[in-house]
Amino acid sequence: MTRWLGWLAALGLLAGLAMGFGYAPKDAVQGNVQRIMYLHVPSILTAYVAFALVLAGSLGFLFTRRLAWDRLAHAAGEIGVVFTALTLVSGSIWGKPTWGTWWTWDARLTSTAILFVVYVGYLLLRSMAEERDRGARYAAVVGIMGAVNIPIVHFSVLWWRTLHQPPTILSPERAPMAPAMLRALLVNVVALLLVFLYLLSKRLTVRRLEDELRA
Amino acid sequence: MFARRAWIVLWKDLLTERRSKESLNALFFFAFLLLLLFEFALGPDRERLAAALPGLLWLGFVLAGLLGLGRTFLVERENDCWEGLVLTPGDKSAIYLGKLAGNFLLMLIVEVVLLALFGIFYNVDLWSALAPLSVVMILGTAGLAAVGTLFAAMTARVRARELLFPLLLLPVQVPVLLATVKATEAVLQGLPLAEVGQWLKLVAAADIIYLVVGLLTFEFILEA
Repeated sequence: MTRWLGWLAALGLLAGLAMGFGYAPKDAVQGNVQRIMYLHVPSILTAYVAFALVLAGSLGFLFTRRLAWDRLAHAAGEIGVVFTALTLVSGSIWGKPTWGTWWTWDARLTSTAILFVVYVGYLLLRSMAEERDRGARYAAVVGIMGAVNIPIVHFSVLWWRTLHQPPTILSPERAPMAPAMLRALLVNVVALLLVFLYLLSKRLTVRRLEDELRA
Repeated sequence: MFARRAWIVLWKDLLTERRSKESLNALFFFAFLLLLLFEFALGPDRERLAAALPGLLWLGFVLAGLLGLGRTFLVERENDCWEGLVLTPGDKSAIYLGKLAGNFLLMLIVEVVLLALFGIFYNVDLWSALAPLSVVMILGTAGLAAVGTLFAAMTARVRARELLFPLLLLPVQVPVLLATVKATEAVLQGLPLAEVGQWLKLVAAADIIYLVVGLLTFEFILEA
Protein backbone atom coordinates (compact mmCIF):
# COMPACT_ATOMS: atom_id res chain seq x y z
CA MET A 1 0.00 0.00 0.00
CA THR A 2 2.68 2.46 1.10
CA ARG A 3 4.92 1.43 -1.75
CA TRP A 4 2.15 1.93 -4.29
CA LEU A 5 1.44 5.36 -2.85
CA GLY A 6 5.15 6.15 -3.19
CA TRP A 7 5.21 5.22 -6.85
CA LEU A 8 1.98 7.10 -7.52
CA ALA A 9 3.41 10.17 -5.77
CA ALA A 10 6.63 9.97 -7.82
CA LEU A 11 4.56 9.66 -11.00
CA GLY A 12 2.41 12.59 -9.91
CA LEU A 13 5.46 14.75 -9.21
CA LEU A 14 6.92 13.94 -12.64
CA ALA A 15 3.62 14.80 -14.31
CA GLY A 16 3.41 17.97 -12.19
CA LEU A 17 6.91 19.03 -13.23
CA ALA A 18 6.14 18.38 -16.89
CA MET A 19 2.87 20.30 -16.66
CA GLY A 20 4.42 23.19 -14.71
CA PHE A 21 7.43 23.63 -16.95
CA GLY A 22 6.25 22.24 -20.31
CA TYR A 23 2.51 22.47 -20.66
CA ALA A 24 1.67 25.66 -18.78
CA PRO A 25 2.44 28.88 -20.69
CA LYS A 26 4.91 31.47 -19.44
CA ASP A 27 3.22 34.22 -17.43
CA ALA A 28 2.85 37.39 -19.50
CA VAL A 29 3.81 39.74 -16.66
CA GLN A 30 5.94 37.78 -14.21
CA GLY A 31 7.74 35.47 -16.65
CA ASN A 32 9.10 32.13 -15.50
CA VAL A 33 9.15 33.13 -11.84
CA GLN A 34 5.41 32.60 -11.76
CA ARG A 35 5.99 28.83 -12.13
CA ILE A 36 6.83 28.70 -8.42
CA MET A 37 3.09 28.87 -7.92
CA TYR A 38 2.86 25.22 -8.99
CA LEU A 39 4.72 24.35 -5.80
CA HIS A 40 3.60 27.21 -3.55
CA VAL A 41 -0.16 26.83 -3.80
CA PRO A 42 -0.29 23.01 -3.62
CA SER A 43 2.02 23.12 -0.56
CA ILE A 44 -0.26 25.34 1.47
CA LEU A 45 -3.38 23.42 0.44
CA THR A 46 -1.65 20.21 1.56
CA ALA A 47 -0.66 21.86 4.83
CA TYR A 48 -4.31 22.82 5.42
CA VAL A 49 -5.35 19.22 4.85
CA ALA A 50 -2.63 18.10 7.28
CA PHE A 51 -3.75 20.51 10.02
CA ALA A 52 -7.36 19.48 9.53
CA LEU A 53 -6.17 15.91 10.16
CA VAL A 54 -4.37 17.08 13.31
CA LEU A 55 -7.69 18.43 14.58
CA ALA A 56 -9.51 15.24 13.60
CA GLY A 57 -6.84 13.07 15.22
CA SER A 58 -6.85 15.18 18.40
CA LEU A 59 -10.63 15.02 18.77
CA GLY A 60 -10.63 11.34 17.89
CA PHE A 61 -8.04 10.59 20.57
CA LEU A 62 -9.80 12.51 23.33
CA PHE A 63 -13.10 10.81 22.54
CA THR A 64 -11.91 7.24 21.99
CA ARG A 65 -8.52 7.20 23.78
CA ARG A 66 -7.11 5.04 21.02
CA LEU A 67 -3.48 5.70 20.23
CA ALA A 68 -4.10 5.27 16.49
CA TRP A 69 -5.82 8.67 16.49
CA ASP A 70 -2.89 10.21 18.29
CA ARG A 71 -0.45 8.74 15.78
CA LEU A 72 -2.51 10.26 12.98
CA ALA A 73 -2.45 13.71 14.62
CA HIS A 74 1.28 13.53 15.28
CA ALA A 75 2.25 12.34 11.79
CA ALA A 76 -0.04 14.87 10.08
CA GLY A 77 1.34 17.65 12.30
CA GLU A 78 4.92 16.85 11.35
CA ILE A 79 4.21 16.79 7.62
CA GLY A 80 2.00 19.86 7.87
CA VAL A 81 4.87 21.83 9.39
CA VAL A 82 7.16 20.70 6.53
CA PHE A 83 4.66 21.82 3.90
CA THR A 84 4.05 25.14 5.66
CA ALA A 85 7.82 25.73 5.66
CA LEU A 86 7.85 24.85 1.94
CA THR A 87 5.10 27.41 1.36
CA LEU A 88 6.96 30.14 3.25
CA VAL A 89 10.28 29.43 1.50
CA SER A 90 8.81 29.15 -2.02
CA GLY A 91 6.79 32.29 -1.41
CA SER A 92 9.93 34.15 -0.33
CA ILE A 93 11.83 33.03 -3.43
CA TRP A 94 8.93 34.25 -5.55
CA GLY A 95 8.52 37.47 -3.59
CA LYS A 96 12.11 38.65 -4.02
CA PRO A 97 11.97 39.14 -7.83
CA THR A 98 8.25 39.99 -7.95
CA TRP A 99 7.65 42.26 -4.94
CA GLY A 100 11.31 43.16 -4.49
CA THR A 101 11.47 41.78 -0.96
CA TRP A 102 11.93 38.39 0.67
CA TRP A 103 9.35 39.07 3.29
CA THR A 104 6.62 41.57 4.01
CA TRP A 105 4.16 41.74 6.89
CA ASP A 106 1.19 41.25 4.68
CA ALA A 107 -1.87 39.57 6.16
CA ARG A 108 -1.56 36.16 4.54
CA LEU A 109 2.20 35.91 5.01
CA THR A 110 1.80 36.79 8.66
CA SER A 111 -1.00 34.35 9.30
CA THR A 112 0.94 31.55 7.57
CA ALA A 113 3.96 32.36 9.74
CA ILE A 114 1.75 32.18 12.84
CA LEU A 115 0.32 28.86 11.64
CA PHE A 116 3.90 27.62 11.34
CA VAL A 117 4.95 28.62 14.87
CA VAL A 118 1.76 27.25 16.45
CA TYR A 119 2.41 23.78 15.03
CA VAL A 120 6.15 23.90 15.70
CA GLY A 121 5.16 24.50 19.33
CA TYR A 122 2.81 21.52 19.05
CA LEU A 123 5.68 19.28 17.88
CA LEU A 124 7.99 20.60 20.61
CA LEU A 125 5.41 19.71 23.27
CA ARG A 126 5.23 16.19 21.89
CA SER A 127 8.98 15.78 22.15
CA MET A 128 9.04 16.99 25.76
CA ALA A 129 6.26 14.95 27.38
CA GLU A 130 7.80 11.89 28.92
CA GLU A 131 4.86 9.56 29.29
CA ARG A 132 3.22 8.34 26.11
CA ASP A 133 -0.39 8.74 27.20
CA ARG A 134 0.07 12.10 28.90
CA GLY A 135 1.94 13.50 25.90
CA ALA A 136 -0.89 12.37 23.64
CA ARG A 137 -3.53 14.06 25.80
CA TYR A 138 -1.64 17.33 26.08
CA ALA A 139 -0.86 17.39 22.37
CA ALA A 140 -4.52 16.80 21.56
CA VAL A 141 -5.53 19.82 23.63
CA VAL A 142 -2.91 22.01 21.90
CA GLY A 143 -3.99 20.59 18.51
CA ILE A 144 -7.58 21.62 19.20
CA MET A 145 -6.60 25.04 20.55
CA GLY A 146 -4.37 25.63 17.49
CA ALA A 147 -7.17 24.75 15.10
CA VAL A 148 -9.90 26.87 16.71
CA ASN A 149 -7.41 29.73 16.82
CA ILE A 150 -6.96 29.73 13.02
CA PRO A 151 -10.09 31.81 12.24
CA ILE A 152 -9.20 34.30 14.98
CA VAL A 153 -5.67 34.63 13.59
CA HIS A 154 -7.13 35.00 10.11
CA PHE A 155 -9.39 37.94 10.93
CA SER A 156 -6.97 39.70 13.27
CA VAL A 157 -4.20 39.64 10.69
CA LEU A 158 -6.55 40.52 7.83
CA TRP A 159 -7.66 43.70 9.59
CA TRP A 160 -4.15 44.39 10.77
CA ARG A 161 -2.86 44.78 7.22
CA THR A 162 -3.61 43.62 3.86
CA LEU A 163 -0.28 43.08 -0.64
CA HIS A 164 -1.01 39.44 -1.21
CA GLN A 165 -3.20 38.75 -4.19
CA PRO A 166 -6.59 37.25 -3.30
CA PRO A 167 -6.69 33.45 -3.35
CA THR A 168 -6.98 32.05 -6.85
CA ILE A 169 -8.45 28.58 -6.47
CA LEU A 170 -10.52 28.74 -3.33
CA SER A 171 -12.38 31.93 -4.22
CA PRO A 172 -16.10 31.92 -5.07
CA GLU A 173 -15.67 33.60 -8.46
CA ARG A 174 -14.22 31.82 -11.44
CA ALA A 175 -10.46 31.68 -11.31
CA PRO A 176 -8.87 34.56 -13.25
CA MET A 177 -6.30 32.21 -14.70
CA ALA A 178 -5.49 30.69 -18.07
CA PRO A 179 -7.10 27.21 -18.28
CA ALA A 180 -3.73 25.60 -19.11
CA MET A 181 -2.21 27.09 -15.95
CA LEU A 182 -5.15 25.96 -13.89
CA ARG A 183 -4.81 22.41 -15.21
CA ALA A 184 -1.08 22.38 -14.43
CA LEU A 185 -1.84 23.67 -10.94
CA LEU A 186 -4.46 21.04 -10.27
CA VAL A 187 -2.10 18.25 -11.39
CA ASN A 188 0.46 19.58 -8.92
CA VAL A 189 -2.13 19.76 -6.15
CA VAL A 190 -2.92 16.09 -6.70
CA ALA A 191 0.81 15.25 -6.86
CA LEU A 192 1.59 16.93 -3.55
CA LEU A 193 -1.43 15.37 -1.88
CA LEU A 194 -0.09 12.00 -3.01
CA VAL A 195 3.32 12.87 -1.56
CA PHE A 196 1.54 13.81 1.66
CA LEU A 197 -0.34 10.53 1.81
CA TYR A 198 2.85 8.60 1.14
CA LEU A 199 4.77 10.40 3.91
CA LEU A 200 1.78 10.03 6.23
CA SER A 201 1.54 6.32 5.72
CA LYS A 202 5.30 5.97 6.26
CA ARG A 203 5.18 7.96 9.51
CA LEU A 204 2.13 6.07 10.72
CA THR A 205 3.95 2.78 10.22
CA VAL A 206 7.00 4.02 12.11
CA ARG A 207 4.89 5.37 14.99
CA ARG A 208 2.89 2.16 15.21
CA LEU A 209 6.07 0.13 15.43
CA GLU A 210 7.41 2.51 18.11
CA ASP A 211 4.22 2.05 20.15
CA GLU A 212 4.45 -1.71 19.76
CA LEU A 213 8.04 -1.68 20.95
CA ARG A 214 7.08 0.38 23.99
CA ALA A 215 4.14 -1.84 24.88
CA MET B 1 -22.23 23.58 43.20
CA PHE B 2 -20.06 24.24 40.17
CA ALA B 3 -19.65 27.91 41.05
CA ARG B 4 -18.97 27.04 44.68
CA ARG B 5 -16.18 24.65 43.79
CA ALA B 6 -14.62 27.21 41.45
CA TRP B 7 -14.89 29.78 44.25
CA ILE B 8 -13.15 27.45 46.72
CA VAL B 9 -10.18 27.03 44.37
CA LEU B 10 -10.05 30.78 43.78
CA TRP B 11 -10.27 31.51 47.53
CA LYS B 12 -7.51 29.00 48.32
CA ASP B 13 -5.21 30.56 45.72
CA LEU B 14 -5.93 34.12 46.85
CA LEU B 15 -5.29 33.15 50.46
CA THR B 16 -2.02 31.42 49.58
CA GLU B 17 -0.93 34.43 47.59
CA ARG B 18 -1.90 36.86 50.36
CA ARG B 19 0.06 34.91 52.95
CA SER B 20 3.15 34.22 50.86
CA LYS B 21 3.05 37.21 48.47
CA GLU B 22 5.37 35.14 46.35
CA SER B 23 4.11 35.90 42.85
CA LEU B 24 2.93 39.47 43.37
CA ASN B 25 6.13 40.80 44.93
CA ALA B 26 8.26 39.25 42.23
CA LEU B 27 5.95 40.47 39.48
CA PHE B 28 5.88 44.07 40.78
CA PHE B 29 9.66 44.10 40.78
CA PHE B 30 9.72 42.52 37.33
CA ALA B 31 7.37 45.22 36.03
CA PHE B 32 9.72 47.88 37.34
CA LEU B 33 12.69 46.17 35.69
CA LEU B 34 10.83 46.04 32.40
CA LEU B 35 10.26 49.76 32.63
CA LEU B 36 14.00 50.36 32.99
CA LEU B 37 14.75 47.96 30.13
CA PHE B 38 12.34 49.65 27.76
CA GLU B 39 13.81 53.03 28.64
CA PHE B 40 17.37 51.81 28.00
CA ALA B 41 16.33 50.11 24.74
CA LEU B 42 14.57 53.16 23.31
CA GLY B 43 16.54 56.01 24.83
CA PRO B 44 15.20 59.15 26.45
CA ASP B 45 13.40 60.41 23.33
CA ARG B 46 9.83 61.14 24.54
CA GLU B 47 8.22 60.99 21.12
CA ARG B 48 9.68 57.62 20.25
CA LEU B 49 8.57 56.24 23.57
CA ALA B 50 5.08 57.63 23.20
CA ALA B 51 4.75 56.13 19.72
CA ALA B 52 5.85 52.72 20.97
CA LEU B 53 3.80 52.90 24.16
CA PRO B 54 0.83 50.65 23.22
CA GLY B 55 3.19 47.92 22.05
CA LEU B 56 5.47 48.26 25.08
CA LEU B 57 2.53 48.16 27.44
CA TRP B 58 1.22 44.90 26.03
CA LEU B 59 4.70 43.46 25.74
CA GLY B 60 5.05 44.17 29.44
CA PHE B 61 1.70 42.52 30.23
CA VAL B 62 2.56 39.45 28.17
CA LEU B 63 6.04 39.06 29.68
CA ALA B 64 4.66 39.44 33.19
CA GLY B 65 1.97 36.95 32.20
CA LEU B 66 4.56 34.42 31.05
CA LEU B 67 6.20 34.58 34.47
CA GLY B 68 3.03 34.74 36.54
CA LEU B 69 0.76 32.36 34.66
CA GLY B 70 3.46 29.73 34.24
CA ARG B 71 3.52 29.26 38.01
CA THR B 72 -0.21 28.59 38.35
CA PHE B 73 0.01 24.89 39.02
CA LEU B 74 3.47 24.64 40.53
CA VAL B 75 2.03 25.10 44.02
CA GLU B 76 -0.14 22.02 43.42
CA ARG B 77 2.85 19.79 42.94
CA GLU B 78 3.81 20.07 46.60
CA ASN B 79 2.35 17.78 49.28
CA ASP B 80 0.46 15.72 46.69
CA CYS B 81 -1.98 18.55 46.01
CA TRP B 82 -2.21 17.43 42.42
CA GLU B 83 -3.65 14.08 43.53
CA GLY B 84 -6.10 16.02 45.67
CA LEU B 85 -7.29 17.97 42.64
CA VAL B 86 -7.58 14.82 40.55
CA LEU B 87 -9.62 13.12 43.28
CA THR B 88 -12.04 16.04 43.62
CA PRO B 89 -15.53 14.77 42.81
CA GLY B 90 -17.55 16.36 40.04
CA ASP B 91 -16.69 18.42 37.01
CA LYS B 92 -12.98 19.24 36.79
CA SER B 93 -13.63 22.38 34.76
CA ALA B 94 -14.61 24.10 38.02
CA ILE B 95 -10.94 23.88 39.03
CA TYR B 96 -9.98 25.48 35.73
CA LEU B 97 -12.45 28.29 36.25
CA GLY B 98 -11.18 28.95 39.78
CA LYS B 99 -7.55 28.96 38.69
CA LEU B 100 -8.45 31.16 35.74
CA ALA B 101 -10.22 33.68 37.95
CA GLY B 102 -7.20 33.80 40.28
CA ASN B 103 -4.83 34.34 37.37
CA PHE B 104 -7.09 36.99 35.88
CA LEU B 105 -7.08 38.95 39.14
CA LEU B 106 -3.33 38.53 39.63
CA MET B 107 -2.62 39.73 36.08
CA LEU B 108 -4.97 42.71 36.41
CA ILE B 109 -3.24 43.85 39.61
CA VAL B 110 0.18 43.61 37.97
CA GLU B 111 -1.11 45.42 34.88
CA VAL B 112 -2.55 48.29 36.90
CA VAL B 113 0.78 48.70 38.67
CA LEU B 114 2.69 48.55 35.38
CA LEU B 115 0.31 51.09 33.87
CA ALA B 116 0.81 53.46 36.79
CA LEU B 117 4.60 53.06 36.52
CA PHE B 118 4.42 53.85 32.80
CA GLY B 119 2.38 56.95 33.51
CA ILE B 120 4.80 58.20 36.16
CA PHE B 121 8.17 57.33 34.69
CA TYR B 122 7.43 58.08 31.04
CA ASN B 123 5.32 61.10 31.88
CA VAL B 124 2.37 60.14 29.71
CA ASP B 125 -1.19 61.13 30.47
CA LEU B 126 -3.15 57.93 30.96
CA TRP B 127 -5.94 59.37 33.10
CA SER B 128 -8.02 60.72 30.26
CA ALA B 129 -8.09 57.36 28.50
CA LEU B 130 -8.42 55.25 31.64
CA ALA B 131 -12.02 54.10 31.21
CA PRO B 132 -11.76 52.81 27.62
CA LEU B 133 -8.26 51.50 28.31
CA SER B 134 -9.52 49.39 31.18
CA VAL B 135 -12.09 47.75 28.88
CA VAL B 136 -9.30 46.78 26.46
CA MET B 137 -7.16 45.53 29.33
CA ILE B 138 -9.89 43.40 30.85
CA LEU B 139 -10.75 41.77 27.51
CA GLY B 140 -7.11 41.17 26.59
CA THR B 141 -6.18 39.82 30.00
CA ALA B 142 -9.11 37.40 29.95
CA GLY B 143 -7.78 35.86 26.73
CA LEU B 144 -4.24 35.71 28.03
CA ALA B 145 -5.32 34.11 31.30
CA ALA B 146 -7.71 31.63 29.65
CA VAL B 147 -5.03 30.07 27.43
CA GLY B 148 -2.26 30.64 29.96
CA THR B 149 -4.08 28.74 32.72
CA LEU B 150 -4.81 25.81 30.41
CA PHE B 151 -1.24 25.57 29.12
CA ALA B 152 0.26 26.11 32.57
CA ALA B 153 -1.55 23.01 33.81
CA MET B 154 0.01 21.12 30.95
CA THR B 155 3.54 22.40 31.19
CA ALA B 156 3.61 21.91 34.98
CA ARG B 157 4.29 18.27 34.30
CA VAL B 158 6.61 18.13 31.31
CA ARG B 159 10.32 18.49 30.90
CA ALA B 160 11.73 21.99 30.15
CA ARG B 161 8.57 23.58 31.58
CA GLU B 162 9.80 27.18 31.66
CA LEU B 163 10.90 26.82 28.03
CA LEU B 164 7.80 25.20 26.66
CA PHE B 165 5.19 27.44 28.31
CA PRO B 166 6.08 30.62 26.34
CA LEU B 167 6.63 28.60 23.16
CA LEU B 168 3.07 27.28 23.35
CA LEU B 169 1.34 30.38 24.69
CA LEU B 170 2.87 33.13 22.53
CA PRO B 171 1.82 31.83 19.07
CA VAL B 172 -1.74 31.31 20.24
CA GLN B 173 -1.84 34.79 21.77
CA VAL B 174 -0.73 36.61 18.60
CA PRO B 175 -4.25 37.61 17.49
CA VAL B 176 -5.16 38.88 20.97
CA LEU B 177 -1.92 40.84 21.10
CA LEU B 178 -2.49 42.38 17.64
CA ALA B 179 -6.02 43.40 18.51
CA THR B 180 -5.27 44.82 21.95
CA VAL B 181 -2.25 46.80 20.75
CA LYS B 182 -4.30 48.33 17.94
CA ALA B 183 -7.17 49.13 20.29
CA THR B 184 -4.84 50.59 22.93
CA GLU B 185 -3.19 52.75 20.28
CA ALA B 186 -6.53 54.21 19.23
CA VAL B 187 -7.74 54.67 22.80
CA LEU B 188 -4.53 56.48 23.84
CA GLN B 189 -5.03 58.85 20.91
CA GLY B 190 -8.32 59.82 22.49
CA LEU B 191 -10.62 57.97 20.13
CA PRO B 192 -13.84 56.59 21.66
CA LEU B 193 -14.30 52.85 22.17
CA ALA B 194 -16.77 52.68 19.28
CA GLU B 195 -13.89 53.38 16.90
CA VAL B 196 -12.22 50.13 17.90
CA GLY B 197 -15.41 48.09 18.23
CA GLN B 198 -14.21 45.64 15.59
CA TRP B 199 -11.06 44.82 17.58
CA LEU B 200 -12.92 44.55 20.86
CA LYS B 201 -15.41 42.15 19.30
CA LEU B 202 -12.55 40.05 17.98
CA VAL B 203 -10.91 39.84 21.39
CA ALA B 204 -14.22 39.10 23.05
CA ALA B 205 -14.87 36.30 20.53
CA ALA B 206 -11.37 34.94 21.15
CA ASP B 207 -11.95 35.07 24.93
CA ILE B 208 -15.16 33.07 24.63
CA ILE B 209 -13.60 30.49 22.30
CA TYR B 210 -10.53 30.02 24.53
CA LEU B 211 -12.71 29.76 27.61
CA VAL B 212 -14.95 27.12 26.05
CA VAL B 213 -11.99 25.07 24.81
CA GLY B 214 -10.39 25.38 28.25
CA LEU B 215 -13.52 24.28 30.10
CA LEU B 216 -14.05 21.33 27.78
CA THR B 217 -10.48 20.04 27.66
CA PHE B 218 -9.22 20.74 31.16
CA GLU B 219 -10.25 17.34 32.53
CA PHE B 220 -7.95 15.65 30.03
CA ILE B 221 -4.99 17.63 31.31
CA LEU B 222 -5.67 17.13 34.99
CA GLU B 223 -6.03 13.38 35.06
CA ALA B 224 -3.20 11.24 36.46
